[in-house]
Amino acid sequence: MRQLVRVVSWVYALAVYGFIFLPVVVLVLFSLQATSFPIPPFTGPSLRWYEAVLSDVRLTSALVNSLLVASISSATAVTLGFLCAWGFARFVLPGSGLLRGLITLPLTVSYLIIGMGLLVLFNWAGVPKSLLAAGIGHVVINLPLCFAIIYSQMGDHQINIERAARDLGAPEWKVLLLITVPVMAPAIFAGFFLSMTFSWDEFVISFLLTRFDTTLPVEIWNLLRSGLNPKTNAVGSLVFAVSIVLVVLFELTLLRRRKA
Amino acid sequence: MTAPLVDIRAVSHRFGQLAVLKNVSLRIEPGSYTILLGPSGSGKTTLLSILGGFVMPSEGKVFIRGEDCTAVPPARRPTTTVFQDYALFPHMSVGGNVGFGLRMQGVDGTTRAAKAREALALVGLASAFDKKPHQLSGGQRQRVALARALVIEPAVLLLDEPLGALDLKLRRQMQDELKAIQKRVGTAFIHVTHDQEEAMALADHCVVMNDGRIEDEGPPERVYARPATRFSATFMGESTILAGKVTEAGDRTSTVSTPAGPVLVRSALPVGSAVALAIRPEHLMLGGAAGTASLGMAKVSDVVFQGSFKRVLAASVEDPSLQFIAKLPATATLQSGDTVAVSCDTDQIIVLAD
Repeated sequence: MRQLVRVVSWVYALAVYGFIFLPVVVLVLFSLQATSFPIPPFTGPSLRWYEAVLSDVRLTSALVNSLLVASISSATAVTLGFLCAWGFARFVLPGSGLLRGLITLPLTVSYLIIGMGLLVLFNWAGVPKSLLAAGIGHVVINLPLCFAIIYSQMGDHQINIERAARDLGAPEWKVLLLITVPVMAPAIFAGFFLSMTFSWDEFVISFLLTRFDTTLPVEIWNLLRSGLNPKTNAVGSLVFAVSIVLVVLFELTLLRRRKA
Repeated sequence: MTAPLVDIRAVSHRFGQLAVLKNVSLRIEPGSYTILLGPSGSGKTTLLSILGGFVMPSEGKVFIRGEDCTAVPPARRPTTTVFQDYALFPHMSVGGNVGFGLRMQGVDGTTRAAKAREALALVGLASAFDKKPHQLSGGQRQRVALARALVIEPAVLLLDEPLGALDLKLRRQMQDELKAIQKRVGTAFIHVTHDQEEAMALADHCVVMNDGRIEDEGPPERVYARPATRFSATFMGESTILAGKVTEAGDRTSTVSTPAGPVLVRSALPVGSAVALAIRPEHLMLGGAAGTASLGMAKVSDVVFQGSFKRVLAASVEDPSLQFIAKLPATATLQSGDTVAVSCDTDQIIVLAD
């Protein structure tokens, strides 16, 4: 009986992990396919499709666009989120609870709604569809996240540290730059890398708000319209690899903070 | 007449509806060690925050070195604060912490490091220059905070319960060092505490606070021997308090009727006025030798051996609600349940106006 329970639980565990990871494994495996179709039997391994991706100007420029949008929008989101968190944590504001709720609200709104809203707004304001517009969209979705992460780490014990700096003659901007930012660095980096991860594979907003120059997820979608081939697998694997790097960086900064 | 270093004039402060300071005036002399002593909620920390510039008083003015500093922010005041939680910058080395104030003044790196090392040597931590705050013990962090505040040579150093987070032994040790450091640098220290032993050991000038007011101030010896109010008689050390009424007044003496019987005191008081008499535990005599003032009989309720002395609690036979607190030699043979005569010397009775 015991034996049976053990076997069943192993089978169950394998099934769960298989369900989660099999698509990714298949994606990565057939990106190494030597022939033209990403279907069994496996004929690789071969890096010819990665070569094809890297020599495809549209894909590589989309990859660079994605990196630019992700890093600039994340830096903006984390800066604004930090300043918001600092303001809410250090000053008594009228309706502070309500305002904090409003800032974090976009976390619960679907990307589709945010994308459509921005599309209408930009149309009305005369802002053309562009990477800038998509970047602004990414700031909108990531700012609440950065705010929430940083605000949760801004404890009262830092108030006296800031006071001490002021007491020793530091003007307010130096207090922020030399004391608050370094002390908050783990939360700030965590917010930055998580924003990067979300911006990196965000599709809906980028799809709605870009036209000629576009980000990698949108470009992959374009590619998929002409049918599956190992090139899509290869570019998908690249996206996946970058995501993993970002998530690992996020986890590392978070872990380092817990230990400290 | 020279102006005092710090002159607090009629300062009141409210947090919302709550009045935490009520018309407080205080002068602090250069080079003095002042202790603000009081229970929590007495307003002592608020007063310190007002001196540091972290709180603007609702009313009144603060002058430091003759200048009106009431609205001057902390950064531009000649004061520095040692915070209760030390508030060291965790991402900077000890040297970086101590040199921070000089860095803000635009002092170059070499001078800064030299002065920071000097300040660390002053607090006995010369070797910690390159360490990070988290590598230090509580007592060492305390010293770093002290060095960091002293290195910019403030006119007044403010210490907010600086020894509160340390264990008893370390606290007594740091206490001696604080006094020694203060003597060496000659800066005026203003130190907030609720520990009366700390206050007596450190203060040149002891300020007893309660409920937003200054109850008593002066040299700790005077405050202990002749407390001005009932509160300071019981907060700064223990006292037995006898409430009574003046029944007879002489030239230089009066007779006060108390629950323990009539007591003669050496001061002229108006007949009929209510007074409180305070007697320090070490001045009460139980059984054996009798003092010049008899205080009736009492039943011993508790004897606690405390090493160098025995602390005895006894209830008056005449009025059981009256509790005598006495300090007897460790050799005393008194036991709980004994009924003994209580007395003291007339000179040792402190008269408090009620």
